[in-house]
Amino acid sequence: MAQNTIGLKAFGGYIPRLRLQRKSITSANAWIAPNLVGKGKGERSMGNWDEDSLTMAVEAARDLLGTNEDRSHIDAIYFGSTTLPFSDRLNSGIISAALTLDEGIQAVDVSSTQRAGTTALLQALNSVSGGANKEALVCAADHRKARAASAQELEFGDGAAALSVGSDELIATFLGSHTLTVDFVDHFRGSGEEFDYGWEERWIRDEGFSKIVPKAVAGALEKTGLSASDIDHFVMPCTFARLPQKLAKMCGMNPDAVADPLGAVCGETGAAHALVMLIHTLQNAKPGEKVLLAHFGGGCDVLIFETTELLASMSSKRGIVGSLEDRQEETNYMKFLTFHGLVEWERGMRGEQDKKTALTTLYRNEDTVMGLVGGRCTETGVVQFPRSRISVAPNKPAVDTQEPYKFADRKATILSWSADFLSFSMNPPNHYGMIVFEGGGRIMMDIGDVTQGEVDSGMEVRMVFRIKDFDDQRGFKRYFWKAVPVRNAVPTAQAAE
Amino acid sequence: MARGIKDKVAILGMGCSKFGERWDSGPEELMVEAYLEAMEDAGIEPTQLDAAWFSTHIDEIGTGKGGTPLSVALRLPNIAVTRVENFCASGSEALRGAVYAVASGAADIALALGVEKLKDTGYGGLPVANPGTLNPQLAPNGSAPGNFAQLASAYRAKHGVDKDDLKRAIAHVSVKSHANGAKNPKAHLRNEVSEEQVMNAPMIAEPLGLFDCCGVSDGAAAAIVTTPEIAKAMGKSDIVTVKALQLSVSNGLESQHNSWDGSYFHTARIAAKKAYAEAGIENPREDVSMMEVHDCFSITELVTMEDLFISPEGGAVKDVMDGFYDSDGDVPCQIDGGLKCFGHPIGASGLRMAYEMYLQLQGRAGERQLPNPKIGLTHNLGGAPSQNVCSVAIIGAHDA
Repeated sequence: MAQNTIGLKAFGGYIPRLRLQRKSITSANAWIAPNLVGKGKGERSMGNWDEDSLTMAVEAARDLLGTNEDRSHIDAIYFGSTTLPFSDRLNSGIISAALTLDEGIQAVDVSSTQRAGTTALLQALNSVSGGANKEALVCAADHRKARAASAQELEFGDGAAALSVGSDELIATFLGSHTLTVDFVDHFRGSGEEFDYGWEERWIRDEGFSKIVPKAVAGALEKTGLSASDIDHFVMPCTFARLPQKLAKMCGMNPDAVADPLGAVCGETGAAHALVMLIHTLQNAKPGEKVLLAHFGGGCDVLIFETTELLASMSSKRGIVGSLEDRQEETNYMKFLTFHGLVEWERGMRGEQDKKTALTTLYRNEDTVMGLVGGRCTETGVVQFPRSRISVAPNKPAVDTQEPYKFADRKATILSWSADFLSFSMNPPNHYGMIVFEGGGRIMMDIGDVTQGEVDSGMEVRMVFRIKDFDDQRGFKRYFWKAVPVRNAVPTAQAAE
Repeated sequence: MARGIKDKVAILGMGCSKFGERWDSGPEELMVEAYLEAMEDAGIEPTQLDAAWFSTHIDEIGTGKGGTPLSVALRLPNIAVTRVENFCASGSEALRGAVYAVASGAADIALALGVEKLKDTGYGGLPVANPGTLNPQLAPNGSAPGNFAQLASAYRAKHGVDKDDLKRAIAHVSVKSHANGAKNPKAHLRNEVSEEQVMNAPMIAEPLGLFDCCGVSDGAAAAIVTTPEIAKAMGKSDIVTVKALQLSVSNGLESQHNSWDGSYFHTARIAAKKAYAEAGIENPREDVSMMEVHDCFSITELVTMEDLFISPEGGAVKDVMDGFYDSDGDVPCQIDGGLKCFGHPIGASGLRMAYEMYLQLQGRAGERQLPNPKIGLTHNLGGAPSQNVCSVAIIGAHDA
């Protein structure tokens, strides 16, 4: 048992809106991979061209944090992913900047294993338990790449989860954990490689999952003094059909406790998936239920939680349930390949621009670019973006009167827009326009996640953190904020009922 | 208000190259073409020039920075040459420099020449400009049509104009310009087009189709200016003078303050008011004989009719559809074919507009000559609706 009562304070989830229909993958590849035709059922989440692990993690964390501008209660961030955009630049630091977290926080990237999400969560729990941090934010995300016509292409999905860990106002109490570290290589991805290399499925299933998971579960049960029959929800990412039920039985758990692996509606989101499934489970769980969370990979992490009455306080979160409801079917397999950089395509002369980023400029304007922070004139109250020494207030050019003013979570509408076929876009036509914010301020910005004919003046939009540009010459990515339509799909968590 | 420049400066001569896909010419040849016509028209020798203003926007495509490209191409006698650049209003800026030099007495005779060689970029449409260091991290990767198209969405929202009605009105703008351009031997595009052709053309940036966008062309235009007294002393009659030259530049209000609704050009309204005041025009709808405006896109021309106070607020659609701006309408607009048919060699366009007004005022516009015009207005925009520079110039008969 943990010495202090610690656990989960809140959750947030993000699954990209686009859902690639698996049938469109298998039918396009049937000529070369007829063995996969039978797997052409359901849909997998598909990040838009401007989404990656980092942007998805930010959106999950924003779901968790809500619109409260004061984020000083977060004193650490742990980011688990095997698809970190940067090998050497603190990825969790980028998330922190986008979330406008305080500078004095600890930020840690956890990677190199499918367990990165659960390991990040364990690190957070340890840090709070040990008193190093009061409230730690855990993000996990993966944007997995697979070769065309591979089984992974069908099995994988993109998504992110966020959890906060603390010692009061808990929605789930942490009961204990156990980790096995075993150099069992079911798959690997060499440094600098784009794709995973995997071994035979039967070996992974029988020698890997079936031997390592029960042992890890037994260890966690022993540490917590629980019996397997106490477990109400068994959360474990696994793409092998019926294996979780078999493992549940082997461990002595009720097979009915096995959580939905979300394969039919999402696909496996890599290092994020245990947390994605956990949040999905919490959104359907009742108070007083015990959740056993396991993630296999280089061994196995097992964590056990017990939900509390406060779970109902999460009813306003989109979470995974809400994210899955906000969906748009995508049947264009070529678009998927293009977004994932798997085909060489003609970008035209306008796609030849050098996207070199002036790092001095980025740093000098960091809260403007990364946090969407503008200014508010303390004399006139006029709000503007970006901040400037002399205010834009008409006929009142006050000097050095502006205080930081955050735009990211404010309501906004489209004033003017166009769908542009001329300028380069990864997903033409290029939608952009003047976005005006409730309470003042406006930004000419990209409009994302829209289809042609959908946009009009007056449409309500919200801000999302996205990839702005790729600098392929130097391996850099630019991030900025975009407007996306506010749609009707609202999360409906059973926990709130 | 300042005393202004009304009638202090006369146009002594003007020249304009053939606009188009000038595969045969570099910027030097285009400059010389416009210059020689202007010099012959003015009837002066190069040694009589006191100073020159040179406008070009995209120096990366072979024209070059500084004043030397003009001085070298024209073999000027080591006079002062100032390069000016103010987005698409650069040509008007060159004219302003030359006119102000003469008005101040610093020069007796001054040259303004603008040029742009766009067809060496390889792009359809304007090339992608270097956006600096901060801007590309924030701003959309947009284009000129995408920026100007936004006028349409905001105009529709403000005035409750039906999408199809606005599309048809802006189509009429282009049909009218093509009809005019077809009569102009120096225009790039000389074909008439039907409203249906314009309406059904491929989309460039919604709602702007191919025919809603001006052409990409090479060209140069030049003006030689002096005082009316010197012009008279040189034996000139039918003297055309400058009545007003105004320039208004955005200060970030449109792009940063919610008081702008996106449907019009804030700067254009300011420049127009100042220009009318400088020229002594009280009722522009009645007093302006003809106009060349910055029709980079059809929607730009439509909203400009209101910004110049020719059409009432919200009334441009009706005026356009009624033919008010057609060549036989009350205030003919784009008599030479406009940017729509001349294309838009950025540094040259403002001077090209003045050239048409000058020819019309002197009764030398050939097949497209209007009956007895007195006052001509040119309007030249640079940038995008949310952040721009706008020039309004008024020229007319000396006695008008």
